[in-house]
Amino acid sequence: MSSKLNAKIPGGPMDTKWSRYRSTVPLVNPANKRGLEIIVVGSGLAGAAAAASLAEMGYKVKCFCFQDSPRRAHSIAAQGGINAAKNYQNDGDSVFRLFYDTIKGGDYRAREGNVHRLAEVSRNIIDQCVAQGVPFAREYGGLLDNRSFGGTQVQRTFYAAGQTGQQLLLGAYSALQRQVGKGTVKMYSRHEMLELVMIDGKCRGIIARDLISGKLERHFGHAVLLCTGGYGNVFFLSTNAMGSNVTAAWKAHKNGAYFGNPCFTQIHPTCIPVSGDHQSKLTLMSESLRNDGRIWVPKTKGDTRHPNQIPEDERDYYLERRYPAFGNLVPRDVASRAAKERCDAGFGVGASKMAVYLDYASAIERYGKSKALQLGIHEPSAEQIKSLGKEVVAEKYGNLFEMYEKITGENPYEVPMRIYPAVHYTMGGLWVDYELMTTVPGLYALGEANFSDHGANRLGASALMQGLADGYFVIPYTIGSYLSQEIRTKAIPTDHPAFEEAEKKVQGTLDKFLSIKGEKSVDHYHKALGKIMWDKCGMGRNKEGLTQALAEIKALREEFWQNVRVPGGLNELNPELEKAGRVADFLELGELMCLDALNREESCGGHFREEHQTEEGEAKRNDEQFSFVSAWEFKSVGSWELHKEALDFEIVKPSQRSYK
Amino acid sequence: MNKFLASSLGKKTIMALTGLFLVLFLVEHLYTNLLLFAGDGGLAFDEASHSMVHNVFIRIVEVFLFLAIILHVYQAVMLTSENAKARPVKYAVDGTGKTASWFSRNMGLTGAMIFFFIVVHLYNFFVPYRITGSVGPDGHETLSHEVAEALENPWYALLYAVSVIILAFHINHGFQSAFQSLGMNNKKYSPLYKRTGTALAIIFGLGFLSFPVLFYFSHVTGFDILNWNQ
Amino acid sequence: MNITLKVWRQKNAKEAGNFVTYRLQDISPDMSFLEMFDVLNEQLIGKGDEPVAFDHDCREGICGMCSMMINGRAHGPTRGTTTCQLHMRSFNDGDTIVVEPWRAKAFPVIKDLVVDRTSFDRIIATGGFISVNTGSAQDANCLPVPKDDADKAFAAAACIGCGACVAACKNASAMLFVSAKISQLALLPQGQVERESRALNMVKQMDEEGFGSCTNTGSCEAECPKEISLENIARMNREYFMAILKK
Repeated sequence: MSSKLNAKIPGGPMDTKWSRYRSTVPLVNPANKRGLEIIVVGSGLAGAAAAASLAEMGYKVKCFCFQDSPRRAHSIAAQGGINAAKNYQNDGDSVFRLFYDTIKGGDYRAREGNVHRLAEVSRNIIDQCVAQGVPFAREYGGLLDNRSFGGTQVQRTFYAAGQTGQQLLLGAYSALQRQVGKGTVKMYSRHEMLELVMIDGKCRGIIARDLISGKLERHFGHAVLLCTGGYGNVFFLSTNAMGSNVTAAWKAHKNGAYFGNPCFTQIHPTCIPVSGDHQSKLTLMSESLRNDGRIWVPKTKGDTRHPNQIPEDERDYYLERRYPAFGNLVPRDVASRAAKERCDAGFGVGASKMAVYLDYASAIERYGKSKALQLGIHEPSAEQIKSLGKEVVAEKYGNLFEMYEKITGENPYEVPMRIYPAVHYTMGGLWVDYELMTTVPGLYALGEANFSDHGANRLGASALMQGLADGYFVIPYTIGSYLSQEIRTKAIPTDHPAFEEAEKKVQGTLDKFLSIKGEKSVDHYHKALGKIMWDKCGMGRNKEGLTQALAEIKALREEFWQNVRVPGGLNELNPELEKAGRVADFLELGELMCLDALNREESCGGHFREEHQTEEGEAKRNDEQFSFVSAWEFKSVGSWELHKEALDFEIVKPSQRSYK
Repeated sequence: MNKFLASSLGKKTIMALTGLFLVLFLVEHLYTNLLLFAGDGGLAFDEASHSMVHNVFIRIVEVFLFLAIILHVYQAVMLTSENAKARPVKYAVDGTGKTASWFSRNMGLTGAMIFFFIVVHLYNFFVPYRITGSVGPDGHETLSHEVAEALENPWYALLYAVSVIILAFHINHGFQSAFQSLGMNNKKYSPLYKRTGTALAIIFGLGFLSFPVLFYFSHVTGFDILNWNQ
Repeated sequence: MNITLKVWRQKNAKEAGNFVTYRLQDISPDMSFLEMFDVLNEQLIGKGDEPVAFDHDCREGICGMCSMMINGRAHGPTRGTTTCQLHMRSFNDGDTIVVEPWRAKAFPVIKDLVVDRTSFDRIIATGGFISVNTGSAQDANCLPVPKDDADKAFAAAACIGCGACVAACKNASAMLFVSAKISQLALLPQGQVERESRALNMVKQMDEEGFGSCTNTGSCEAECPKEISLENIARMNREYFMAILKK
């Protein structure tokens, strides 16, 4: 194991690690905080929460986002909810259970120390958000409501209709704007970070491009926080926003930050299926729909009947059949693979045959009956039940149903929805220690950008929890450990040679893009890469495919640098130039993902190696050889060195995950 | 207070309050005018008009009335010009017709037409009755006969008729709009404001329309409407 | 489907712009409006022309970044829909579609269909928040909120800040946007402490940014992709009066 990979997990019993750490971590006094500058890249849940919190504490903060406003960050699209071990429902929830569920859900590939801390601070997050005015769903008594989510047997998910991410992000955004108004945060929207500046082995700033003027800017920081989200867009089609990218993380990686578990990607089971070649992105239907919806395919192969014409006993509710204990609420990786299995076996539905049904008919009936009872309607008619049921369903999931109808043109209250898995989240990311610092001193990664808490599979409603935990409750403490050593470092002028050199490098790359003047658009290469990744490094992976993918990506990358066409100029708003930079980085990342997937000779969570499965087709882990975090060190393009961080389980004993 | 009056919300409030006050005046004006149809040769109408001139309270209210008209018009002009500045480049295709009614979008225009009518109207009746004195107890003509004469002119009758119809639509939007501006709208009460506004618009519209229509036709047909009851 | 597009092209904020006509063939009715623009741009790049710049990000109707005036309608003809969720099936074969940027003094054009909406951020920065520092919150359930209030606050908070209200309003007024935030916080017990200063400061900033005034035409509500209610504007007016009376 490399000496650089010190996870710095505090000693002592699991449930006191964080409280002891907090009480002993060095502090920075208020006068010194004023002299310390922090750069936050990204303004999603992690970024906005961190920028606001650090500014409140007295640090000088600069925050960057590529969108026109920090409120647009893609955290906003999270639908279902946020987990917290509040036990408001009195159903036996606890910090330990949330910790345990997350470790198990992650298929025993996450660090216990980090996850326990996450479960502990989950409760503070809800308090904080409510205080900010986040309008969570409530019960008639005025107290907070909860719903259940995949991979758990308690109701611990807080939500705001199907727009929880939006409400949480707007909460963090309002906290951020409050600091912007006070002048403690300087906001740089429509700016993209394109390089890291390293001075004497420490991260000291960034080069950012003003996307409107096209000018490169140099920014100094005593520390740099990357809160730049995941890299799911390497697949071209994903539920990520069009602009979501790996560029900031990738520049960090190329400057010495190790990349952790790059192959761990989450394929979300309930997305709207692809409708044609024109498709630019995929839309998620919240996992919360699996609470009440039932997933099925016809029992007969190639059944072309209208779903409403297929009688009950000719339907295969395959999740309920295979996993009776969790039924439709199995974790995402399990649900996704089960859908793929049915479709690959020829039972898929819809025009493409690459979809399964998510049916609300029985939920509508169940809710209708109970609502009729509440209203005192005895012996309600079938019509009445249906219409009352629809009302209840609309209240819970109305916006999701509307969205489905807008996209597909079909009414999900009448016809079962067609769904299929799609790339949604990346558990992998920059390797960080307990303090969220990467292997580059002074460089931190928060939220989806780091690899830390979800192991090989993330449970639903845990991404919001992690982003906010990192931003509000972890980094404000852990950053003190580093910055307390930096109080004597004066702001480094940006005419320092390191800044100059970094800027020159960026300029060179941008010039190169514009000078190629090839034949194919950036999107052409992005789509081609996406297809390789989805076919060979997607839901099912095998040695042969991955080996092919490695060669194909290399070839594609070479062609890209010869033949891409980037129109427009340098010193103007040029979306194609922005995309070119992002796709260039994806073309390098894709290779690393395949390499990591090839190297990990086991199946765990979202990583399913077809060679490693049980007889029933479930993922088969290999704890003896692979109970470690893969941390890849960048050597040169296409060349990496693998470092392993062993995972020692003190509390949870890894076992074959069973949701039966 | 200055801050309030200078703010966009303050200006809207002025529009709303002055507008509602003018509606109140219209109630009074319509009532008095309807006395013309008493059939007593215009006696009741002339007496009412005369007594109002000598009522201190009414004289004070009259000052406010003119102030309200001036303020309402002044704010409207200010708001319209500021609002025009808020969109220096116009759209090539204007789609507002699909999202808002014509009258709600053209309150400035309808207001200007009504204002024009008010000026003509004052010139025809207020000036001779109250300023030159050529009409009224000391003049050569009673006010009621002056009305009847004025409306013998088809152009004036037509102007009158068109103006009151525009006024009705102006009120139909303006009345409920005032309550919205004053912050009094919510799910429970806004239907009430809307219905009341529409009812007032119909009453004012038909009520005021009756004068040009009936007087003009009484002139054409020779039926003496001022004296029908005698 | 065959579509004729008339798109506003403008090199940058300083230069004058004009409409350019493009013809597109074989457009699938299942495409989103933005995917149709992707096809157009792909063709333009192929021909060596500059693609049309337009704002977009999440493409699932929630980030609020997409912003097109389509045939004079903010986000196009479908009610409660953002441009990214508008599908070509809402149009007919052979249609001519005119696409313009949001037009308002407070939303200057940056390039083609891209406008600057940072005025919205500045308004929020003057009061669209509750001043609570991280870590100082009490237990969430110590503060019961009547479900009805919570639901109303949520309905107002659903605003995505896209600016369609401004674009659709004949006066380029931002009152629906501002009132949605003021309403959300005024409806919740957490928002009471700063209630007055919030209304005063946000309205002041709104006016300074150069937005027009509301004349209650209702276009904003009709075009709002999240169907934010006009009731919020009435509530803002109320909040503002109360604040003026008290402060």
